[in-house]
Amino acid sequence: MGQDLVLQLESIVKVFPGVRALDGVRLDVIPGEIHALCGENGAGKSTLMKIISGAQSYTSGKMLVEGEEVVFHSTKDAEQKGIAMIYQEFNLVSDLTVAENIYLGRWPKSNFGKVDWDKMYKDAQEDLEKLGLKFSSRTKVKNLSVAECQMVEIAKCLTIGAKVIIMDEPTAALTDEEIRVLFEIIEDLKEQGIAILYISHRMDEIFEISDRLTVFRDGKYIATKNIEDTNYDDVVSMMVGQSITDLYPEREYKQKDIALQVKNLTSRTVNNLSFDLHQGEILGIAGLLGSGNIELAKVLSGALPMKEGEVYINGNLTDCSTPIKASRGGIGFVTDDRKQEGLVLVRDVKENVSLSSLRSLSKGIRLDKKLEMERVNKQVDQLNIKISNVQQEVKNLSGGNQQKVVFAKVLETNPDILILAEPTRGVDVGAKAEIYSIMNELTNEGKSIIIITSDLPELIGMSDRIITMKDGEIVMTAMKVDTDEEEILAYASGGVE
Amino acid sequence: METNRKKKLISQVNIFRSVIILLAISIVASILSPSFLSANNFFNVIRQITVAGIIGCGMTFVILTGGIDLSVGSILGLASVLSAGTLAATGNTLLAILVAIGVGLLCGMVNGVLVARYEIPPFIATLGMMTLLRGCVLVYTKGSPISIKEDSYKIIGKGSIIGIPIPIIILVVVYVIGHYILTQTTFGRSVYAIGGNREAARLSGISTKTSEWAVYAINGLLCGVAAVILTARLGSAQSTSGQGIEMDAIAAVILGGTSLSGGTGFVLPTVIGAMIMGIIDNILTLMNVNPHATNIVKGIVILIAVLVDKKVKDLSAKAEE
Repeated sequence: MGQDLVLQLESIVKVFPGVRALDGVRLDVIPGEIHALCGENGAGKSTLMKIISGAQSYTSGKMLVEGEEVVFHSTKDAEQKGIAMIYQEFNLVSDLTVAENIYLGRWPKSNFGKVDWDKMYKDAQEDLEKLGLKFSSRTKVKNLSVAECQMVEIAKCLTIGAKVIIMDEPTAALTDEEIRVLFEIIEDLKEQGIAILYISHRMDEIFEISDRLTVFRDGKYIATKNIEDTNYDDVVSMMVGQSITDLYPEREYKQKDIALQVKNLTSRTVNNLSFDLHQGEILGIAGLLGSGNIELAKVLSGALPMKEGEVYINGNLTDCSTPIKASRGGIGFVTDDRKQEGLVLVRDVKENVSLSSLRSLSKGIRLDKKLEMERVNKQVDQLNIKISNVQQEVKNLSGGNQQKVVFAKVLETNPDILILAEPTRGVDVGAKAEIYSIMNELTNEGKSIIIITSDLPELIGMSDRIITMKDGEIVMTAMKVDTDEEEILAYASGGVE
Repeated sequence: METNRKKKLISQVNIFRSVIILLAISIVASILSPSFLSANNFFNVIRQITVAGIIGCGMTFVILTGGIDLSVGSILGLASVLSAGTLAATGNTLLAILVAIGVGLLCGMVNGVLVARYEIPPFIATLGMMTLLRGCVLVYTKGSPISIKEDSYKIIGKGSIIGIPIPIIILVVVYVIGHYILTQTTFGRSVYAIGGNREAARLSGISTKTSEWAVYAINGLLCGVAAVILTARLGSAQSTSGQGIEMDAIAAVILGGTSLSGGTGFVLPTVIGAMIMGIIDNILTLMNVNPHATNIVKGIVILIAVLVDKKVKDLSAKAEE
């Protein structure tokens, strides 16, 4: 049996400081199958992928490639064994040509170790033709579209003789047309006996192209099924477990006064957008990648510039051209990228929590450390941040606790309006539920929340009202009770005009 | 339990690393030369390091933001010659001191504008300023030294109060203020946050540009202070004053354990780093080693310190896992 599998994982455990990201996970991959990996954010999919592709080590367990036990110390090790990964953000050098990217580090050599450029461009052109691609191998990567970049990545995988190709959300930034082309190529690879590990949040795609799927939840292996033996509801319930009904708190909501009014807001991708947010309301803004919903949040919080438009908070025209001004106006922003934009990872919990409210903690230039300690401890208690003391470095905390630190920082500025972008990304289910109940409490206190999330169950579970965006414009507004996932997705992807 | 104790030990070693190196080098020094331990020699060492030490304090702030300042030597040189020139022309000691500090501050502010406002990489911006300002020094002095005649000026470098040399008193004051600013003020927090994650700091409402600018301005100001001490001690301003001091200052910061990538470190260990460099100089002089060879030893010590630092960090990262 072991001989027939191209890749086999047994009892893989990965422990990060404070969190068990993978807990005895297994996975079997048959040559020439399309194997989908399903699981919510934080289920451990991305950690598992990193381990398989050699980007990360594992704490314990066993990995076999074609029946032979392997230990990867780098992605290069994995590639030598025929395992390649295509990341969501590609690993291409944008100023080099397509051919240079395909053969990066493996340049064909002629005499005296000189790079044989002619051979490289010729070979690369053939590689592209094999995939049915029309563009020249001398094109610079920066001049390619997202879909074309992806094809270059696939070509690269083929030239290193990959037997397993891991694709992380390959369709996230593609148009319907491009997705068709991609699927044809994937089918083609399958014919050649290459196994594809396919990660996607889009359930319909998984059911369309995969042969088998494996479900993970909270770092644990749940099940592997043939696609014909399962269905959508089955997979979703395996992904979320039983707790789905009590994950989202009961919300009582009556429309009150307007807290935030946005008029004709225009920025780089957002186009002449107007909407209202009411007191105590949770407004969900849906949209696919590139719809402008995340950018809208960043413009309102002063992180990105606004070209035109007016923002009124409680009826007063508010300047939110910089983060400082937006914060003073009463807007608090929880970023979708806590590591790059939310936290100073090398500093401790205390300094991170008080970072946005230093002004209110100081007398003259002196920082009132006693007051700081009191306020930080209060936040740590209220948000139930699990740490041994506030002097712990943030980089060693679990995703959920890190996210709560970002929440605490924003809440310290006492905002009237909270804008939350992907508030539960990379957060485990327990912390998720806690974050939801915090949101609920905040709205009970009269604060208003905008939530932007790619997690549709979360969007529908938490929002009172939902706006759907596409290409920088609002294409749908509905009360939660009047809509569902399918309708939102249809509007977001342009299926409804 | 075992790993916990190990973890604690490693972090302790991390904090006191500069002190440990200092002690080790002092022990070696006292074995090599008995006169090393005399009080006279002790003051001598500290007096030698005041200039690099004071600049190291400002440099720590710069490096904590993730920057670097290569122009400190040239700022010191320019402040020194203009101060001496003012003194020669007016005979007014106070004015001469203010000129030195003012020139330092001004040059630092220009550095700050280049880095914070125009976003030129600190290495490039201060490299440009280093060359430019040294050129100014040479044009102003035409290459010849300007001597100091007023004793009221020289006393800053040579005098002492209740037996403690004045430069050392200034050094202590600078470090006390520096430590206070870094650990007790909102500005200090901004410095750490900028070095740790500039974008997160900006989005958290920190005035990143103003703080970054201020860090270079402070560094320039301290170069001015150091210029007064150096000029007073030597009794003249040389066109080559301060050349190479940037490397001593940066080495002191690194030996003090401040991360070159910014965000972590303290001011106080920098003075210990400066002392380590000073003791190496001192012991080699006491042993009559060829002065040209001192740099070899200094270089080796810096490399060893950085290697040990990396090893300790790897170990503590392992202990975390």
